Amino acid sequence: MDKHRSKYLANEDGYYGDFGGAFIPELLQHNIDELKANWEQIIESDSFQKEYVKLLKDYVGRPSPLYFSQRLSDKYNAQIYLKREDLNHTGSHKVNNTIGQVLIAKQLGKSRIIAETGAGQHGVATATICALMGLECVVYMGATDIARQAPNVARMKMLGAEVRAAESGNKTLKDATNEAIRDWINHPTDTFYVIGSVVGPHPYPDMVAQLQSVISKEIKEQMSQLPNYVVACVGGGSNAAGAFYHFLDNEEVELVAVEAAGMGVETAETAASIAQGNVGFIHGSKTLLMQDEDGQITEPYSISAGLDYPGIGPLHANLYTQKRATVMNATDEEALQAAFELTQLEGIIPALESAHALAALPKLALKPTDVVVVNLSGRGDKDMETYIAKMNS
Amino acid sequence: MDNRIDVLFREKKENVLTIYFPAGFPELNDTLSILVELEKAGADVVEIGIPFSDPLADGETIEMASQKALQNGISLKLLFEQLKEMRKYVSIPVLLMGYLNPVYRYGIEQFCVDCKAVGIDGVILPDLPMREYRKNYQTIFHKNGLKNVPLITPQTPVERIEELDKEEHGFIYVVASSATTGAKSGISKEQEDYFARIKALQLKTPTQIGFGIADSASFNKACEFTSGAIIGSAFVKAIQNGGELAVNVKNFVEFVKVIK
Ligand SMILES: Cc1ncc(COP(=O)(O)O)c(C=O)c1O
Repeated sequence: MDKHRSKYLANEDGYYGDFGGAFIPELLQHNIDELKANWEQIIESDSFQKEYVKLLKDYVGRPSPLYFSQRLSDKYNAQIYLKREDLNHTGSHKVNNTIGQVLIAKQLGKSRIIAETGAGQHGVATATICALMGLECVVYMGATDIARQAPNVARMKMLGAEVRAAESGNKTLKDATNEAIRDWINHPTDTFYVIGSVVGPHPYPDMVAQLQSVISKEIKEQMSQLPNYVVACVGGGSNAAGAFYHFLDNEEVELVAVEAAGMGVETAETAASIAQGNVGFIHGSKTLLMQDEDGQITEPYSISAGLDYPGIGPLHANLYTQKRATVMNATDEEALQAAFELTQLEGIIPALESAHALAALPKLALKPTDVVVVNLSGRGDKDMETYIAKMNS
Repeated sequence: MDNRIDVLFREKKENVLTIYFPAGFPELNDTLSILVELEKAGADVVEIGIPFSDPLADGETIEMASQKALQNGISLKLLFEQLKEMRKYVSIPVLLMGYLNPVYRYGIEQFCVDCKAVGIDGVILPDLPMREYRKNYQTIFHKNGLKNVPLITPQTPVERIEELDKEEHGFIYVVASSATTGAKSGISKEQEDYFARIKALQLKTPTQIGFGIADSASFNKACEFTSGAIIGSAFVKAIQNGGELAVNVKNFVEFVKVIK
């Protein structure tokens, strides 16, 4: 791991500027302390590195290609590259993180894995690694998401995971996360909670960002120059964290985070946590989140289950506040258009989440010399039902 | 004026019965009535829950009750409104218990000032870690005469408990088991061992056991080890199904206070 630590990464107490920390009930303190005391040492150990790197290479298929998209480049009059996380085993960037966390869980002697999932990609990636390592796996998923991401539910079940429906709130990612945390409280010793994004109490945001940082490490190795832009969608922000990580201190590289605007940022039907959010606490972290004036967390909305979350990782809240990252957003409609555009120009069907990143391209005032990397966080198989409905409309 | 929590535990060292219920439940304007009825029925302390959209440490009963209360229209602002004249009718210690986000959004300083104004004695914010409290909020709490009651669990190291005991917290909330509220009831042998360990520490701060205390058997068992016990989910169940509130409250407290 790199010895130089960017000022944009978490400090020792898990703070990113004013954001982050570990705002958890005493009931979870022991688990968090255990993780905090051990995770870095485990990750830095030779045995972990050997297994992690080997699995990323032979099992996931890394490094993922950095693909120069001629036709998008022609269309937007710039030099556009796609970081192909969609080609990873299980179909998204999520697996980079789950391999790492499940290996850590094993080192800590945990026998039972729990996870939350929105689009189902993190659930599938977790279930996959649990199948590989022979561990019990329970995935919490909002009932709404179970309905709209059916193929991933079937995959998790085939992989041997138990999928439990979260029935509170809008029955989406936030609610699934609540249930996973409750499960963790009720299983204080044998269970490891594999969080799917750079959210949650310290050290999760730091740990997940580090496990995803392989994305930007490879981008740097794959390019002969620094890009002008790195663009990624943000739900909780893990694929963006991974894509930005090794560019954080290259201040000349513009980091663009794209939120899901749903029906529009000004409407109530949105998941644009930064555009609409205020400072507060969600799932153990001080960050920006969508809430009403009484501090009740508001129900988000996005066509994309993976971005349908009312908060944002503390890293991104700070990058935005420090003006290190540019935060944009894309509506459902813009994301759908971008998905169809990529499919028709390049023969790549992107995940709806990743389509939000692509939808930022027309909004960036690009010059022909500009080099842009878009992190294509996942593939669109899971979203076929939505795409079919769009084609038939 | 002395804090009512301190006064109570100075005078009453055992069988302190604390009841929790969420504000604005079962009907929006029941908050003060329940409080009054609880004192009349013989509860020693009351914790009023500040309903939150995402109550992570709570099981189904309190989660559903919080949802209902929010649908009824409760908010922190309205709660302070409801409690404005509380001290005309109620003399037992009253605490507010809730999650950090609504309190933070309200403004922690304003919250403390308003607590003092209506006569609240203490606050329990399970997701505000003690470190953050000491660093950022302790002074404001003290200025407004408020106790910040900490939680400990079977996993909390002794050093941390002893550190808490050196401070002025009113009482220490001993979480009976590693579980969300209402998830378990009854007291196992393992839990008794844990309670005995706490008792053996001979803390100067009073302790109360909560989570999973549901009836007179578990209340009396808990009181063998601590100054008292806290009942939440079981009380919520007793008042949620309609009927005369005053009667439900009275029956419940009598049911718990049966001498063994
Ligand atoms: C393909 C894909 N991209 C992005 C996300 C959003 O997560 P994050 O913001 O953590 O990258 C998801 C989440 O499910 C996803 O499946």
